[in-house]
Amino acid sequence: MYQIDNLVKDLVKQHGRAREALMPILQGVVAQHNYLTDEAMVEVAKELDLSAAEVYGTASFYTFLDTEPRGKYVIRVCKTITCAMKGKNEIIEVLQEMLRINVGETTLNDKFTILETNCIGWCHKAPAILINDTPYTDLTREKLVKIIKEYMHQ
Amino acid sequence: MDMLSFNINGKLLTVGKGKTILEAALENSIYIPNLCHHPDLVPSGNCRMCIVEIEGRRGQIISCTTPVEEGMVVRTDSQEISHVRQTTLELIHANHTQDCTNCSSNSACELQKVTAYVGVNEERLGRLRRTRQHYNIDDSNPFFSLDHNKCIMCGICIRTCDEVQGVNALDYGFRGFNTVVSTFGDKPIKESVCESCGECVVRCPVGALTFKETRQPTFEVKTVCAYCGVGCNIYLGVRGNKIVSSRGDRDSIVNKGRLCVKGRFGYEFVNHEDRLKVPLIKKNGTFVESTWEEAFSIIVEKFSAVESKQFAAFTSAKMTNEDNYVIQKFTRAVMGTNNIDHCARLCHAPTVSGLVQSLGSGAMTNSIDEFTNAKTIFSIGSNTTAAHPIIGLHIKEAKRKGAKIIVANPKEIDLCRFADVFMQQYPGTDVVLLMGMMKVIIDEHLQDEEFIKTRTEGYDEFLDSLTDFDLDTTEKITGVPKGKIIEAARLYATNTPSSLVYAMGITQHSHGTDNVLAVSNLALLTGSVGKESSGINPLRGQNNVQGACDMGGLPDVYPGYQKVTKPWAKEKFEEHWGVKLDPEEGLTHTEIFDEIEKGNIKALYQVGENPILSEADSNHVKRALANLDFFVVQDIFMTETAKYADIVLPAASFAEKDGTFTNTERRVQRVRKAVIPEGETKDDWWIASEIARRMGAKGFDYESPNDIMDEINRVVPIYGGITFERIEDEGLQWPCPTTNHPGTKFLHGEKFTRPNGLGKLFPLTYKASIELPDSEYPLLLTTDRSLYHYHTSTMTRKVKGLEILDGEEFLKVNPEDAQQMEISDGEYVTVRSRRGDVRVKIKITRIVPKGIASLTFHFHETPTNELTICAIDPVAKIPETKVCSIRVEKMET
Repeated sequence: MYQIDNLVKDLVKQHGRAREALMPILQGVVAQHNYLTDEAMVEVAKELDLSAAEVYGTASFYTFLDTEPRGKYVIRVCKTITCAMKGKNEIIEVLQEMLRINVGETTLNDKFTILETNCIGWCHKAPAILINDTPYTDLTREKLVKIIKEYMHQ
Repeated sequence: MDMLSFNINGKLLTVGKGKTILEAALENSIYIPNLCHHPDLVPSGNCRMCIVEIEGRRGQIISCTTPVEEGMVVRTDSQEISHVRQTTLELIHANHTQDCTNCSSNSACELQKVTAYVGVNEERLGRLRRTRQHYNIDDSNPFFSLDHNKCIMCGICIRTCDEVQGVNALDYGFRGFNTVVSTFGDKPIKESVCESCGECVVRCPVGALTFKETRQPTFEVKTVCAYCGVGCNIYLGVRGNKIVSSRGDRDSIVNKGRLCVKGRFGYEFVNHEDRLKVPLIKKNGTFVESTWEEAFSIIVEKFSAVESKQFAAFTSAKMTNEDNYVIQKFTRAVMGTNNIDHCARLCHAPTVSGLVQSLGSGAMTNSIDEFTNAKTIFSIGSNTTAAHPIIGLHIKEAKRKGAKIIVANPKEIDLCRFADVFMQQYPGTDVVLLMGMMKVIIDEHLQDEEFIKTRTEGYDEFLDSLTDFDLDTTEKITGVPKGKIIEAARLYATNTPSSLVYAMGITQHSHGTDNVLAVSNLALLTGSVGKESSGINPLRGQNNVQGACDMGGLPDVYPGYQKVTKPWAKEKFEEHWGVKLDPEEGLTHTEIFDEIEKGNIKALYQVGENPILSEADSNHVKRALANLDFFVVQDIFMTETAKYADIVLPAASFAEKDGTFTNTERRVQRVRKAVIPEGETKDDWWIASEIARRMGAKGFDYESPNDIMDEINRVVPIYGGITFERIEDEGLQWPCPTTNHPGTKFLHGEKFTRPNGLGKLFPLTYKASIELPDSEYPLLLTTDRSLYHYHTSTMTRKVKGLEILDGEEFLKVNPEDAQQMEISDGEYVTVRSRRGDVRVKIKITRIVPKGIASLTFHFHETPTNELTICAIDPVAKIPETKVCSIRVEKMET
């Protein structure tokens, strides 16, 4: 809780207290802590003199501002039509096998979360996934296994 | 006001400048369909129903956000408008449950009204795809439900919670396709910050927010709320002989239609099954039901047998002025003693003793309505939003209008969200904090020299005493950083008009009178008193504590603060009452218990009080009560204290009687009978009069409260012109000496009410609280209040919903202390002081600073006052319930 306090204060210093600072601050918290805890949102609300409900209202709209617990690495699999045709289902199968969780779940060690996402703009290199902010494209079973293994060892 | 003329549907209208087209039209009975408009709220223009056409402008204009301009030509209907409205309305219907016959808002629904006017195309509507998923109804709140499926997204609830209530429990969540009105974290309403005031439910135009109580009243009675001292005007709705609703009076200057959770939902106690219904007499240690006849005969016999000095009475701040007047008259004229007091001793006695010394009058100097025009509001020792919620709303309204808010409180209270400066002083160091601020004011020459010269005395002595309070000392003792003290001092002194608000945090100390004097010093020094929106405002606790004091429910004054020790006053009342009166001051609340314990007082007549829970060091009270020869309690419920009585008399509640309450701003307001009294309960004034008559006394032949008010008019100059006829619609503020006097909005306008007309500045020194933490009892315990309960909760805990919202006590401790003591949230602990111990659950919160813990005293299972110390203020005799030391012990598992 104290860490969140300091993080929010640092972000406020960086972005200011204006209403438009809300988005970058929330993104900053997610970048550090993977998702927005209630405490973090209350702290942001306090710093920006907004209501907590308003902060939640903003956060709940954006897919990338998670308000539920997420792992250190959030894997978002593109589910839009091109990726779907180019083997999105297989990608999900591989991920579920390797991490032993279903879509929407987080591993017990809080390291990985698998989610589906709408188009991320990599249709020409489908199928594509995002791991946190990094896109991985033209995926095959082998390529994906290698990527995930690397993350597992990090 | 500037007026503008414009043309609407061919009709010429003249309206005040600043009005919107929609407002102007509705005022003149021209209907423009609307869904998101509410007269209390800033227009948001989101429902798109109120579109109109304006000559010379393109397209449709939203009339609720467009101000009228001179010469404007407006059309509220056309084929084009109708087409657009219909399409928009059909989209709203597509997302709305089509279940009108099952809806409790059926026929009181804005959507139905708009649909009837605009019309929908059934065929098109049938083809529309329903887009919204079904949401479960949120009925977590005991008083109302939220059905998202009926919500039309007008945002009135969200804006009400923001603009009216300042709580912000709601906002739009999941915006876009899935938008819903959501609490923080999409949690059930009960788990959100919602304060259950019900303001959003009142304003919801459809059936999305609805009250759970669905019985409709057959008639309504206008009266005054019986909880705190704000005195909100309410309409009680009655069906059969039961109260089924309560709503705020929008025309009332006090609350402007707004209510808190207690005022809106806290009426259930009136018809509660536990109400006392017949007199009870204790025989062989148990209470037996009896008759008024038997009870009166025993009381008359016992009261006649005691000597004057062996008798004492406690009157009640919950009763009407008329009740209080008769009970003090009975005590003085029949029993022959001034041993009468009431719970004001435990709350604002220092206000009376302090402000009478410095200003001449111990009441709020301004009106509640004046807060909204203040530029600076300084709240010290008052958890305003919890204890006086509607005054809290006035302060929030002032803030929205640009006022600066200063909060000084040992705890981070809710009002801090609105504060520009928050000073978290250590409990009991208020004199230092205030004197420190005054030192800054003097050093920076911000004092009002003219005011000091012409309107005050004692300035030089006061200045001398100020030298001890330099910033370093102040910071060291209070724990408030220097910068904040300077900022607060500058704001208060320069950003005028400044209004100061205080309550129990100032008074409930062994140096409570000094605290009050420090407050009045600050106001006098800066000339911030005796002006509109600027003054000293002690917020009175009980609904009629002001009236109980006014009516002489105090041992040192007759009604109207006429001193019992002044021969002229004694003679005056002897003449009016036709008996010889006691020339000496009587004993105070705290002293009466001491004297009972010593055996000097043998009979006690206690009306509407519960000292076992409310008095400091309650074990002392219990010992005393057990020592009484004869103890009569008159109440509406069997309280913890009533169990000690020999006779318990059933009294009528506020909803069952006529009379007047005087609120914290000195406004005498009419209380009206809404329901027939339960069982054989009787008005308090009737019971006391009956005892008096049976004891052979003259002058108690009242037939109605009106008769009593007539007598009050004659003997109490400040109430001289306040008659029932005059306060039929709106209350009058005393002083109101004659029947053509308009009442007094703010006090001390031209001169202070002290004999020489000057306000007095007092030199002060810092006195530490009596019991401070040490190695044996390392935590400081302070007491506070919950929004959901009132005082000892005799009434509020009879209301099921309030019990659901706040059902048990918590000891609030800081996370650092909790860690050190190795206790966790929700754990049961024993809290021990030098006087007693209680078992209570822990709540870990940063609301309280390190080293300080706090408890309310609402719960009889956790009698907090067994812990508190009965160290009393030498002048006001108030016990120090705000500071004592405790230790927390883990429970054996």
